Amino acid sequence: MHDPGDWCPRLPTAALLRHDEARHVDVMLLPERVVVLHGSGRAVLELVDGTRTVDEIITRLAPDHVQEIRGDVISFLNRLRTEGCLR
Amino acid sequence: MTAPAPPWALLAELTHACPLHCSYCSNPLELTRRSRELTAGQWAAVFRQAAELGVLHTHLSGGEPLLRRDLEQIARAAVEAGLYTQLVTSGVGLSAGRLDALVDAGLHSVQLSVQHADPGRSDQLAGHPAFDAKRQAAALVKERGLPLGVNVVLHRHNLDALDALMELAVAWRADRVELANTQFYGWGLLNRAALMPSREQLAAAGEQVKAWRERLGGAVEITWVVPDYFSGAPKPCMGGWGAVSLTVTPDGTTLPCPAAATVPGLHAPNAAERPLRWIWEESPAFNAYRGTDWMPDPCRGCERRTEDFGGCRCQAFALTGDASRTDPACSLSPDHAALIALTRPGTPPMPVPRRPTTPDRLQERTDRRTR
Repeated sequence: MHDPGDWCPRLPTAALLRHDEARHVDVMLLPERVVVLHGSGRAVLELVDGTRTVDEIITRLAPDHVQEIRGDVISFLNRLRTEGCLR
Repeated sequence: MTAPAPPWALLAELTHACPLHCSYCSNPLELTRRSRELTAGQWAAVFRQAAELGVLHTHLSGGEPLLRRDLEQIARAAVEAGLYTQLVTSGVGLSAGRLDALVDAGLHSVQLSVQHADPGRSDQLAGHPAFDAKRQAAALVKERGLPLGVNVVLHRHNLDALDALMELAVAWRADRVELANTQFYGWGLLNRAALMPSREQLAAAGEQVKAWRERLGGAVEITWVVPDYFSGAPKPCMGGWGAVSLTVTPDGTTLPCPAAATVPGLHAPNAAERPLRWIWEESPAFNAYRGTDWMPDPCRGCERRTEDFGGCRCQAFALTGDASRTDPACSLSPDHAALIALTRPGTPPMPVPRRPTTPDRLQERTDRRTR
Protein backbone atom coordinates (compact mmCIF):
# COMPACT_ATOMS: atom_id res chain seq x y z
CA MET A 1 0.00 0.00 0.00
CA HIS A 2 1.12 3.54 -0.81
CA ASP A 3 2.19 5.85 1.96
CA PRO A 4 -0.69 8.35 2.35
CA GLY A 5 1.92 11.11 2.65
CA ASP A 6 2.97 10.60 -1.01
CA TRP A 7 -0.42 11.49 -2.56
CA CYS A 8 -0.57 14.85 -4.41
CA PRO A 9 -4.12 16.02 -3.74
CA ARG A 10 -5.80 18.31 -6.25
CA LEU A 11 -8.92 20.46 -5.88
CA PRO A 12 -11.60 20.04 -8.55
CA THR A 13 -11.34 22.95 -11.02
CA ALA A 14 -14.75 24.10 -9.92
CA ALA A 15 -13.85 24.42 -6.23
CA LEU A 16 -13.94 27.84 -4.64
CA LEU A 17 -12.50 28.65 -1.21
CA ARG A 18 -14.03 31.63 0.52
CA HIS A 19 -15.10 33.11 3.79
CA ASP A 20 -18.79 32.91 4.68
CA GLU A 21 -19.51 36.27 6.31
CA ALA A 22 -22.97 35.31 7.54
CA ARG A 23 -21.85 32.17 9.39
CA HIS A 24 -18.31 33.29 10.27
CA VAL A 25 -16.69 30.18 8.82
CA ASP A 26 -14.52 29.32 5.82
CA VAL A 27 -16.16 27.17 3.15
CA MET A 28 -15.30 25.26 0.00
CA LEU A 29 -17.96 25.65 -2.67
CA LEU A 30 -18.63 23.06 -5.37
CA PRO A 31 -21.67 22.57 -7.60
CA GLU A 32 -24.64 21.83 -5.31
CA ARG A 33 -22.32 21.43 -2.34
CA VAL A 34 -20.83 23.38 0.57
CA VAL A 35 -17.99 22.03 2.71
CA VAL A 36 -17.63 23.95 5.98
CA LEU A 37 -13.94 24.18 6.93
CA HIS A 38 -13.11 24.22 10.63
CA GLY A 39 -9.79 24.98 12.32
CA SER A 40 -6.93 25.00 9.83
CA GLY A 41 -9.00 23.32 7.10
CA ARG A 42 -8.74 26.30 4.78
CA ALA A 43 -5.00 26.73 5.42
CA VAL A 44 -4.49 23.08 4.41
CA LEU A 45 -6.57 23.43 1.23
CA GLU A 46 -4.78 26.67 0.27
CA LEU A 47 -1.62 24.53 0.05
CA VAL A 48 -3.28 21.87 -2.11
CA ASP A 49 -2.12 22.59 -5.67
CA GLY A 50 -1.91 19.18 -7.36
CA THR A 51 1.92 19.12 -7.21
CA ARG A 52 2.68 19.12 -3.47
CA THR A 53 2.51 15.81 -1.64
CA VAL A 54 0.57 15.51 1.58
CA ASP A 55 3.85 15.42 3.53
CA GLU A 56 5.05 18.61 1.80
CA ILE A 57 1.75 20.30 2.67
CA ILE A 58 2.12 19.31 6.31
CA THR A 59 5.71 20.52 6.46
CA ARG A 60 4.74 23.89 4.98
CA LEU A 61 1.75 24.23 7.29
CA ALA A 62 3.61 23.61 10.55
CA PRO A 63 7.30 22.71 10.14
CA ASP A 64 7.76 22.35 13.90
CA HIS A 65 4.71 20.16 14.53
CA VAL A 66 4.74 17.65 11.68
CA GLN A 67 4.30 14.57 13.85
CA GLU A 68 1.49 16.06 15.96
CA ILE A 69 -0.69 17.08 13.01
CA ARG A 70 0.17 14.49 10.36
CA GLY A 71 -2.60 12.05 11.30
CA ASP A 72 -5.28 14.76 11.44
CA VAL A 73 -4.34 16.30 8.10
CA ILE A 74 -4.25 12.91 6.36
CA SER A 75 -7.66 11.92 7.67
CA PHE A 76 -9.12 15.34 6.72
CA LEU A 77 -7.83 15.04 3.15
CA ASN A 78 -8.88 11.41 2.85
CA ARG A 79 -12.38 12.24 3.99
CA LEU A 80 -12.67 14.97 1.35
CA ARG A 81 -11.43 12.53 -1.29
CA THR A 82 -14.01 9.93 -0.26
CA GLU A 83 -16.72 12.57 -0.57
CA GLY A 84 -15.54 13.46 -4.07
CA CYS A 85 -14.25 16.91 -3.07
CA LEU A 86 -10.57 16.18 -3.80
CA ARG A 87 -8.85 14.27 -6.56
CA MET B 1 -37.79 35.55 18.74
CA THR B 2 -34.38 34.51 17.45
CA ALA B 3 -33.78 34.93 13.74
CA PRO B 4 -33.94 31.70 11.72
CA ALA B 5 -30.64 30.26 10.45
CA PRO B 6 -29.61 31.85 7.14
CA PRO B 7 -30.48 30.22 3.80
CA TRP B 8 -27.80 28.42 1.76
CA ALA B 9 -29.26 28.56 -1.74
CA LEU B 10 -31.38 30.69 -4.04
CA LEU B 11 -33.29 29.25 -6.99
CA ALA B 12 -33.68 32.13 -9.44
CA GLU B 13 -36.41 31.34 -11.96
CA LEU B 14 -35.54 34.00 -14.52
CA THR B 15 -38.36 33.24 -16.95
CA HIS B 16 -41.14 30.73 -17.45
CA ALA B 17 -40.63 30.83 -21.21
CA CYS B 18 -39.14 27.59 -22.56
CA PRO B 19 -38.72 26.00 -25.99
CA LEU B 20 -39.39 22.59 -24.39
CA HIS B 21 -42.83 21.29 -23.48
CA CYS B 22 -41.99 18.59 -20.91
CA SER B 23 -45.15 17.21 -19.39
CA TYR B 24 -43.39 16.61 -16.03
CA CYS B 25 -42.44 20.27 -15.56
CA SER B 26 -42.93 21.51 -12.01
CA ASN B 27 -43.59 25.09 -13.14
CA PRO B 28 -47.08 26.30 -12.29
CA LEU B 29 -49.91 25.72 -14.78
CA GLU B 30 -50.37 29.47 -15.06
CA LEU B 31 -47.00 30.54 -16.42
CA THR B 32 -45.82 34.10 -15.74
CA ARG B 33 -45.91 36.36 -18.79
CA ARG B 34 -42.62 37.70 -20.09
CA SER B 35 -43.74 41.30 -19.60
CA ARG B 36 -43.93 40.72 -15.84
CA GLU B 37 -40.38 39.37 -15.48
CA LEU B 38 -37.92 41.12 -13.15
CA THR B 39 -35.27 43.24 -14.89
CA ALA B 40 -31.56 42.43 -14.72
CA GLY B 41 -31.20 45.33 -12.29
CA GLN B 42 -33.87 43.90 -10.01
CA TRP B 43 -32.16 40.50 -10.10
CA ALA B 44 -28.85 42.15 -9.18
CA ALA B 45 -30.51 43.62 -6.09
CA VAL B 46 -31.95 40.20 -5.20
CA PHE B 47 -28.50 38.56 -5.49
CA ARG B 48 -26.81 41.22 -3.32
CA GLN B 49 -29.43 40.82 -0.61
CA ALA B 50 -29.28 37.04 -0.84
CA ALA B 51 -25.49 37.06 -0.40
CA GLU B 52 -25.79 39.37 2.61
CA LEU B 53 -28.36 37.03 4.09
CA GLY B 54 -25.96 34.06 3.81
CA VAL B 55 -26.86 32.47 0.47
CA LEU B 56 -23.81 30.76 -1.10
CA HIS B 57 -25.23 29.08 -4.22
CA THR B 58 -27.60 30.34 -6.85
CA HIS B 59 -29.17 28.37 -9.66
CA LEU B 60 -30.18 30.42 -12.70
CA SER B 61 -33.16 28.48 -13.89
CA GLY B 62 -36.55 28.84 -15.57
CA GLY B 63 -38.19 27.90 -17.92
CA GLU B 64 -35.13 28.28 -20.12
CA PRO B 65 -32.87 31.04 -18.76
CA LEU B 66 -31.08 31.36 -22.11
CA LEU B 67 -34.25 32.97 -23.46
CA ARG B 68 -33.30 36.02 -21.37
CA ARG B 69 -31.15 38.09 -23.70
CA ASP B 70 -29.64 39.75 -20.62
CA LEU B 71 -28.67 36.42 -19.02
CA GLU B 72 -24.95 37.27 -19.18
CA GLN B 73 -25.63 40.50 -17.26
CA ILE B 74 -27.72 38.61 -14.70
CA ALA B 75 -25.03 35.93 -14.28
CA ARG B 76 -22.35 38.59 -13.80
CA ALA B 77 -24.43 40.25 -11.09
CA ALA B 78 -24.81 36.91 -9.27
CA VAL B 79 -21.06 36.25 -9.43
CA GLU B 80 -20.21 39.80 -8.34
CA ALA B 81 -22.51 39.40 -5.36
CA GLY B 82 -20.24 36.48 -4.35
CA LEU B 83 -22.61 33.62 -5.22
CA TYR B 84 -21.51 30.27 -6.67
CA THR B 85 -23.52 30.50 -9.87
CA GLN B 86 -24.92 27.57 -11.82
CA LEU B 87 -26.86 27.70 -15.08
CA VAL B 88 -29.74 25.22 -15.24
CA THR B 89 -30.58 24.75 -18.90
CA SER B 90 -32.14 22.55 -21.56
CA GLY B 91 -29.07 23.31 -23.70
CA VAL B 92 -31.23 24.89 -26.40
CA GLY B 93 -29.58 28.19 -27.31
CA LEU B 94 -26.26 27.51 -25.59
CA SER B 95 -24.02 28.53 -28.50
CA ALA B 96 -20.24 28.87 -28.15
CA GLY B 97 -20.64 32.65 -28.18
CA ARG B 98 -23.17 32.70 -25.37
CA LEU B 99 -21.25 30.21 -23.26
CA ASP B 100 -18.06 32.25 -23.67
CA ALA B 101 -19.91 35.37 -22.53
CA LEU B 102 -21.23 33.47 -19.50
CA VAL B 103 -17.77 32.11 -18.68
CA ASP B 104 -16.46 35.67 -18.98
CA ALA B 105 -19.17 36.75 -16.55
CA GLY B 106 -17.76 34.20 -14.08
CA LEU B 107 -20.32 31.36 -14.36
CA HIS B 108 -19.20 28.45 -12.17
CA SER B 109 -21.10 25.40 -13.42
CA VAL B 110 -23.81 24.12 -15.75
CA GLN B 111 -26.62 21.65 -15.22
CA LEU B 112 -28.10 20.23 -18.40
CA SER B 113 -31.44 18.44 -18.65
CA VAL B 114 -31.82 15.26 -20.69
CA GLN B 115 -35.20 13.63 -21.31
CA HIS B 116 -34.10 10.26 -22.74
CA ALA B 117 -30.90 8.60 -24.00
CA ASP B 118 -32.47 7.92 -27.40
CA PRO B 119 -32.47 11.14 -29.48
CA GLY B 120 -35.91 10.54 -30.99
CA ARG B 121 -37.53 9.63 -27.69
CA SER B 122 -35.82 12.57 -25.97
CA ASP B 123 -37.19 15.01 -28.56
CA GLN B 124 -40.62 13.44 -28.26
CA LEU B 125 -40.68 13.83 -24.47
CA ALA B 126 -39.36 17.39 -24.73
CA GLY B 127 -41.84 18.29 -27.48
CA HIS B 128 -38.96 19.95 -29.33
CA PRO B 129 -36.01 18.76 -31.45
CA ALA B 130 -33.54 19.53 -28.67
CA PHE B 131 -31.28 16.48 -28.39
CA ASP B 132 -28.56 17.66 -30.78
CA ALA B 133 -28.39 21.02 -29.01
CA LYS B 134 -27.97 19.17 -25.69
CA ARG B 135 -25.13 17.04 -27.01
CA GLN B 136 -23.37 20.11 -28.40
CA ALA B 137 -23.97 22.08 -25.21
CA ALA B 138 -22.44 19.30 -23.10
CA ALA B 139 -19.33 19.22 -25.31
CA LEU B 140 -18.94 23.02 -25.14
CA VAL B 141 -19.27 23.10 -21.36
CA LYS B 142 -16.56 20.47 -20.96
CA GLU B 143 -14.31 22.19 -23.54
CA ARG B 144 -14.52 25.37 -21.47
CA GLY B 145 -13.52 23.40 -18.36
CA LEU B 146 -16.76 23.98 -16.45
CA PRO B 147 -18.24 21.22 -14.29
CA LEU B 148 -21.19 19.56 -15.99
CA GLY B 149 -24.19 18.09 -14.24
CA VAL B 150 -26.73 16.04 -16.17
CA ASN B 151 -30.24 16.06 -14.78
CA VAL B 152 -32.83 13.52 -15.82
CA VAL B 153 -36.39 13.65 -14.56
CA LEU B 154 -37.51 10.02 -14.47
CA HIS B 155 -40.97 8.58 -15.07
CA ARG B 156 -42.83 5.73 -16.76
CA HIS B 157 -41.54 6.70 -20.22
CA ASN B 158 -37.78 6.77 -19.53
CA LEU B 159 -37.06 4.74 -16.36
CA ASP B 160 -36.33 1.65 -18.46
CA ALA B 161 -33.55 3.60 -20.21
CA LEU B 162 -31.60 4.21 -17.00
CA ASP B 163 -28.52 2.25 -18.12
CA ALA B 164 -28.48 4.05 -21.46
CA LEU B 165 -28.90 7.41 -19.69
CA MET B 166 -25.91 6.66 -17.47
CA GLU B 167 -23.88 5.62 -20.50
CA LEU B 168 -24.80 8.91 -22.14
CA ALA B 169 -23.81 10.89 -19.04
CA VAL B 170 -20.44 9.15 -18.92
CA ALA B 171 -19.90 9.65 -22.67
CA TRP B 172 -20.73 13.34 -22.28
CA ARG B 173 -18.19 13.49 -19.40
CA ALA B 174 -20.68 14.64 -16.78
CA ASP B 175 -19.19 15.29 -13.34
CA ARG B 176 -22.50 14.66 -11.63
CA VAL B 177 -25.75 13.00 -12.59
CA GLU B 178 -29.05 13.74 -10.93
CA LEU B 179 -31.60 10.98 -11.49
CA ALA B 180 -34.74 12.56 -10.12
CA ASN B 181 -37.97 10.65 -10.09
CA THR B 182 -40.79 13.01 -11.05
CA GLN B 183 -42.14 15.11 -8.25
CA PHE B 184 -45.79 15.69 -8.91
CA TYR B 185 -46.22 19.46 -8.93
CA GLY B 186 -47.47 21.89 -11.56
CA TRP B 187 -47.58 20.20 -14.94
CA GLY B 188 -46.22 17.03 -13.36
CA LEU B 189 -49.26 16.87 -11.08
CA LEU B 190 -51.61 17.48 -14.01
CA ASN B 191 -49.90 14.58 -15.82
CA ARG B 192 -49.44 12.33 -12.80
CA ALA B 193 -51.37 9.36 -14.16
CA ALA B 194 -49.50 9.51 -17.48
CA LEU B 195 -46.11 9.68 -15.76
CA MET B 196 -46.58 7.29 -12.83
CA PRO B 197 -43.99 4.52 -13.01
CA SER B 198 -44.60 0.92 -12.01
CA ARG B 199 -43.09 -0.60 -8.88
CA GLU B 200 -41.16 -3.03 -11.09
CA GLN B 201 -39.63 -0.22 -13.15
CA LEU B 202 -38.52 1.58 -9.99
CA ALA B 203 -37.05 -1.52 -8.38
CA ALA B 204 -35.05 -2.33 -11.52
CA ALA B 205 -33.83 1.28 -11.86
CA GLY B 206 -32.81 1.37 -8.20
CA GLU B 207 -30.64 -1.73 -8.73
CA GLN B 208 -29.08 -0.19 -11.83
CA VAL B 209 -28.20 2.96 -9.90
CA LYS B 210 -26.50 0.84 -7.26
CA ALA B 211 -24.46 -0.98 -9.92
CA TRP B 212 -23.42 2.29 -11.59
CA ARG B 213 -22.31 3.75 -8.27
CA GLU B 214 -20.07 0.72 -7.74
CA ARG B 215 -18.80 0.77 -11.30
CA LEU B 216 -17.90 4.48 -11.29
CA GLY B 217 -16.63 4.52 -7.70
CA GLY B 218 -17.13 8.21 -7.01
CA ALA B 219 -15.63 9.43 -10.31
CA VAL B 220 -19.13 10.62 -11.19
CA GLU B 221 -21.39 11.76 -8.39
CA ILE B 222 -24.83 10.13 -8.75
CA THR B 223 -27.86 11.55 -6.97
CA TRP B 224 -30.96 9.34 -6.96
CA VAL B 225 -34.06 11.24 -5.89
CA VAL B 226 -36.44 8.61 -4.54
CA PRO B 227 -40.05 8.56 -5.64
CA ASP B 228 -41.86 9.36 -2.41
CA TYR B 229 -45.18 7.90 -3.63
CA PHE B 230 -43.55 4.47 -3.38
CA SER B 231 -41.11 4.75 -0.49
CA GLY B 232 -43.60 5.06 2.40
CA ALA B 233 -41.42 7.85 3.78
CA PRO B 234 -42.02 11.52 2.99
CA LYS B 235 -39.14 13.54 1.56
CA PRO B 236 -37.62 16.18 3.84
CA CYS B 237 -38.90 18.72 1.37
CA MET B 238 -36.45 21.58 0.77
CA GLY B 239 -34.70 20.46 3.97
CA GLY B 240 -37.58 22.02 5.87
CA TRP B 241 -39.85 24.99 5.15
CA GLY B 242 -37.81 28.20 5.18
CA ALA B 243 -34.75 26.30 6.44
CA VAL B 244 -32.28 25.87 3.58
CA SER B 245 -33.31 27.62 0.41
CA LEU B 246 -35.60 30.13 -1.23
CA THR B 247 -37.08 30.48 -4.70
CA VAL B 248 -37.67 33.74 -6.54
CA THR B 249 -40.06 33.29 -9.48
CA PRO B 250 -39.90 35.33 -12.72
CA ASP B 251 -42.06 38.18 -11.39
CA GLY B 252 -40.25 38.38 -8.03
CA THR B 253 -42.68 36.27 -6.01
CA THR B 254 -40.56 34.69 -3.29
CA LEU B 255 -41.36 31.23 -1.99
CA PRO B 256 -39.96 28.63 0.42
CA CYS B 257 -40.10 26.13 -2.47
CA PRO B 258 -40.84 26.30 -6.19
CA ALA B 259 -44.26 24.67 -5.80
CA ALA B 260 -45.46 26.75 -2.84
CA ALA B 261 -47.38 29.21 -5.03
CA THR B 262 -50.16 26.62 -5.05
CA VAL B 263 -50.65 26.79 -1.27
CA PRO B 264 -53.72 28.98 -0.73
CA GLY B 265 -53.65 31.92 1.64
CA LEU B 266 -49.87 32.02 1.68
CA HIS B 267 -49.65 35.68 0.54
CA ALA B 268 -46.21 35.09 -0.94
CA PRO B 269 -44.07 38.23 -0.63
CA ASN B 270 -42.35 39.84 -3.62
CA ALA B 271 -38.59 40.50 -3.65
CA ALA B 272 -39.11 43.61 -5.78
CA GLU B 273 -41.26 45.12 -3.02
CA ARG B 274 -39.83 43.82 0.25
CA PRO B 275 -36.28 43.36 1.58
CA LEU B 276 -35.17 39.75 1.21
CA ARG B 277 -34.10 39.64 4.87
CA TRP B 278 -37.62 40.55 5.98
CA ILE B 279 -39.04 37.93 3.62
CA TRP B 280 -36.75 35.20 5.01
CA GLU B 281 -36.87 36.11 8.68
CA GLU B 282 -40.21 37.74 9.28
CA SER B 283 -42.75 37.22 6.50
CA PRO B 284 -45.80 35.17 7.49
CA ALA B 285 -45.31 33.00 4.38
CA PHE B 286 -41.81 31.84 5.40
CA ASN B 287 -42.87 31.29 9.01
CA ALA B 288 -46.11 29.44 8.20
CA TYR B 289 -44.60 25.93 8.46
CA ARG B 290 -41.19 26.67 9.90
CA GLY B 291 -39.98 24.45 12.75
CA THR B 292 -42.33 21.93 14.39
CA ASP B 293 -44.96 24.00 16.25
CA TRP B 294 -47.45 23.93 13.34
CA MET B 295 -47.44 20.13 13.09
CA PRO B 296 -50.56 18.01 13.44
CA ASP B 297 -50.66 14.43 14.66
CA PRO B 298 -49.06 12.02 13.86
CA CYS B 299 -46.07 14.32 13.11
CA ARG B 300 -46.22 16.18 16.41
CA GLY B 301 -45.09 13.23 18.50
CA CYS B 302 -43.02 11.50 15.79
CA GLU B 303 -39.31 10.84 16.24
CA ARG B 304 -38.70 11.72 12.60
CA ARG B 305 -40.28 15.17 12.77
CA THR B 306 -36.91 16.94 12.72
CA GLU B 307 -35.66 14.69 9.90
CA ASP B 308 -38.49 14.87 7.37
CA PHE B 309 -40.37 17.91 8.77
CA GLY B 310 -43.70 16.23 8.11
CA GLY B 311 -42.86 15.97 4.40
CA CYS B 312 -44.00 18.38 1.74
CA ARG B 313 -46.64 21.06 2.42
CA CYS B 314 -47.45 21.51 -1.25
CA GLN B 315 -48.05 17.78 -1.65
CA ALA B 316 -50.20 17.68 1.49
CA PHE B 317 -52.31 20.45 -0.04
CA ALA B 318 -52.44 18.89 -3.51
CA LEU B 319 -53.65 15.56 -2.16
CA THR B 320 -55.77 16.51 0.87
CA GLY B 321 -56.72 20.15 0.29
CA ASP B 322 -55.02 21.07 3.59
CA ALA B 323 -51.36 22.15 3.52
CA SER B 324 -50.93 21.58 7.27
CA ARG B 325 -51.73 17.85 7.19
CA THR B 326 -49.06 15.14 7.32
CA ASP B 327 -47.70 14.49 3.82
CA PRO B 328 -49.72 11.50 2.49
CA ALA B 329 -46.42 10.01 1.26
CA CYS B 330 -45.81 9.04 4.91
CA SER B 331 -47.01 5.54 5.77
CA LEU B 332 -48.23 6.98 9.12
CA SER B 333 -50.45 9.56 7.41
CA PRO B 334 -54.22 8.94 7.68
CA ASP B 335 -54.33 9.79 3.94
CA HIS B 336 -51.65 7.30 2.87
CA ALA B 337 -54.08 4.75 1.41
CA ALA B 338 -55.41 7.33 -1.06
CA LEU B 339 -51.88 8.02 -2.24
CA ILE B 340 -51.10 4.33 -2.67
CA ALA B 341 -54.24 3.99 -4.79
CA LEU B 342 -52.70 6.50 -7.23
CA THR B 343 -49.72 4.19 -7.81
CA ARG B 344 -51.80 1.17 -8.88
CA PRO B 345 -51.45 0.30 -12.53
CA GLY B 346 -54.25 1.36 -14.85
CA THR B 347 -54.39 2.63 -18.40
CA PRO B 348 -52.35 5.80 -18.31
CA PRO B 349 -53.76 8.77 -20.23
CA MET B 350 -51.68 10.73 -22.74
CA PRO B 351 -49.48 13.43 -21.22
CA VAL B 352 -50.44 17.09 -21.73
CA PRO B 353 -47.47 19.09 -23.04
CA ARG B 354 -46.47 22.15 -21.02
CA ARG B 355 -47.46 25.30 -22.89
CA PRO B 356 -48.39 28.84 -21.97
CA THR B 357 -52.15 28.96 -21.78
CA THR B 358 -55.00 31.03 -20.44
CA PRO B 359 -56.47 29.94 -17.11
CA ASP B 360 -59.87 29.26 -18.72
CA ARG B 361 -58.56 26.84 -21.27
CA LEU B 362 -56.48 25.15 -18.65
CA GLN B 363 -59.45 24.70 -16.37
CA GLU B 364 -61.23 23.02 -19.26
CA ARG B 365 -58.32 20.62 -19.73
CA THR B 366 -58.09 19.86 -16.04
CA ASP B 367 -61.83 19.22 -15.82
CA ARG B 368 -61.71 16.92 -18.80
CA ARG B 369 -58.90 14.93 -17.26
CA THR B 370 -60.30 14.57 -13.80
CA ARG B 371 -63.74 13.52 -14.97
